[in-house]
Amino acid sequence: MDLTELQLKSIEYRKKTLEIIKHSGAGHTAGSLSCLDILNVLYNHVLRLSPETFNSPDRDRYIQSKGHSVEALYVVLADQGFFPSAELSTLNRYRSHFIGHPTRKVPGIEQNTGALGHGLSLAVGTAIAGKKDGRAYRVFTLLGDGELAEGSSWEASMTAAHYKLDNLVVIIDRNTLQITGRTEEVNGLEPLDDKFRAFGYAVRHVDGNDLSALQTVFDQLPFETGKPNLVLAHTVKGKGISFMEDVRAWHHKVPNDDEFALAMQELDQARARLLEGTTL
Amino acid sequence: MTLELGKPNQDVFAKTLLELAQQDKDILVMTSDSRGSGKLVPFGEALPDQLIEVGIAEQNLIGISAGLASTGKKVFAVSPACFLTARALEQIKNDVAYSDNPVRIVGISAGVSYGALGSTHHSLHDFAALRAINNIDIIVPADNFETREAVKALICHPHPVYLRLGKKAMPLLHPPETRFEIGKAITVREGYDITFIAIGETVAPAAIAADLLQTQGISARVISMHTLRPFDTDALLDAARATHGIITVEEHSVHGGLGECCAAILMQNQLAVPFKIVGIPDEYTITGSQVEIFNHYGISAEGLAATARQLLQIEVRS
Repeated sequence: MDLTELQLKSIEYRKKTLEIIKHSGAGHTAGSLSCLDILNVLYNHVLRLSPETFNSPDRDRYIQSKGHSVEALYVVLADQGFFPSAELSTLNRYRSHFIGHPTRKVPGIEQNTGALGHGLSLAVGTAIAGKKDGRAYRVFTLLGDGELAEGSSWEASMTAAHYKLDNLVVIIDRNTLQITGRTEEVNGLEPLDDKFRAFGYAVRHVDGNDLSALQTVFDQLPFETGKPNLVLAHTVKGKGISFMEDVRAWHHKVPNDDEFALAMQELDQARARLLEGTTL
Repeated sequence: MTLELGKPNQDVFAKTLLELAQQDKDILVMTSDSRGSGKLVPFGEALPDQLIEVGIAEQNLIGISAGLASTGKKVFAVSPACFLTARALEQIKNDVAYSDNPVRIVGISAGVSYGALGSTHHSLHDFAALRAINNIDIIVPADNFETREAVKALICHPHPVYLRLGKKAMPLLHPPETRFEIGKAITVREGYDITFIAIGETVAPAAIAADLLQTQGISARVISMHTLRPFDTDALLDAARATHGIITVEEHSVHGGLGECCAAILMQNQLAVPFKIVGIPDEYTITGSQVEIFNHYGISAEGLAATARQLLQIEVRS
């Protein structure tokens, strides 16, 4: 898939994400938008995974530790053909499998997540199994930055380095905001890359909303033999919608009718600009 | 009125698991600096590739175990019950039970096994905590036989399970022809006056209490309720109908464990019978060894026999 196709997908994913959040009346709007480009590149460029191979023991695994950004994941999984996109109209509805955090009842979901600080240990266990069985699959997990205050993530990091899990790829959605405010004001994380290096990771920085840069960094996997991989993805919470970008209040705010219309308009304009640029 | 002494159930667990793992490389043991207390040093020496150490990190232990189990590995996550079921409770709830990753969670040195080490090292809450979490079975073997059979049964168990073990040598309770099945209680003593429904390491004192009561003309049934979930409701209801009172016995808080489980079932079946819950009361636990703590709270042959007489309103002259 070329870059323009990926860019168009990101725009469509953003529209659909906002649409299902608006329709259901709940969702983690800004965090979904910040990680959406990462999910786009993972599912359309990186992961050896499809609905047909989802039960194969050799498939790549993706575990979303920041489970609250599930709306973005649902949209991408629907686009990949794991289930009909129309089913997303049931999000958060009575008896729907599409709830506010990932569950295995939804095709394409590897693990039930939502409580923070769990995904990395799950990913480490899955990666150890891959090493033991001599399988070539890789295990990707996406963590929020606020989530790093959970000590369990650091327990798992120690184990990842101890067992030299170069088949493990940890991605940090570093949007610098959490529900209360700036991560650095709530309980400072920096210097984050030094911390990860000290824990034994091979660390790469990337603009987590730059599709081309994301492709490039993931193409370099594994970064170093014998070390777990850490992608520090610098993102913008609410990315793609001007009035949502880097605004704390949009953590789980649902757009009203006017805000929704404006957001769609911005995305349509972005799409038009992209197509115009392509044809020139 | 003594029973032949066997080995600690933890030793039997480790030995049985080693035998099974030598035939099946998908059997993995996870430890959190707990291989010594789990009697798993020989396992680690014999099958180093099948033992995964994570250091003192119970949350990580359970999360990694869940990840491994999701790939089809038969994982036994072994750590002291007190830490596993408190510190790692969220991982048990979400990563294991909710995600249905079939980890065999093995809580060792459970209950008050650690005696005078104090409440930090006691697990008197684990039944209550786990009974309130959907999709995790709870098995508590009383003796070496039940332990061996439980471990064998768990190899192919398709869903999450908690196996609770103590560290003290256990009396042998069962004749060789006994059959063990998850979810089916075992009658250790037949009787018609009163029933002890006991679990884990409290079954032995209940059995000796029954033998003591027999010399006093009282016939006591003793049931080893080795599976707390799925619960053998029939065994309880039958005992309530066939005898004149129920005494539950557990190495657990009197809140939320076997006793309250039985009480709820009896009431919802409209069975009002003389009933007593024997366990660790809701107080700062007395200091002592496991047996001293048991004796203090009446989890002993004499204590249980006295409770039975009290419940039946029978006075015995000594």
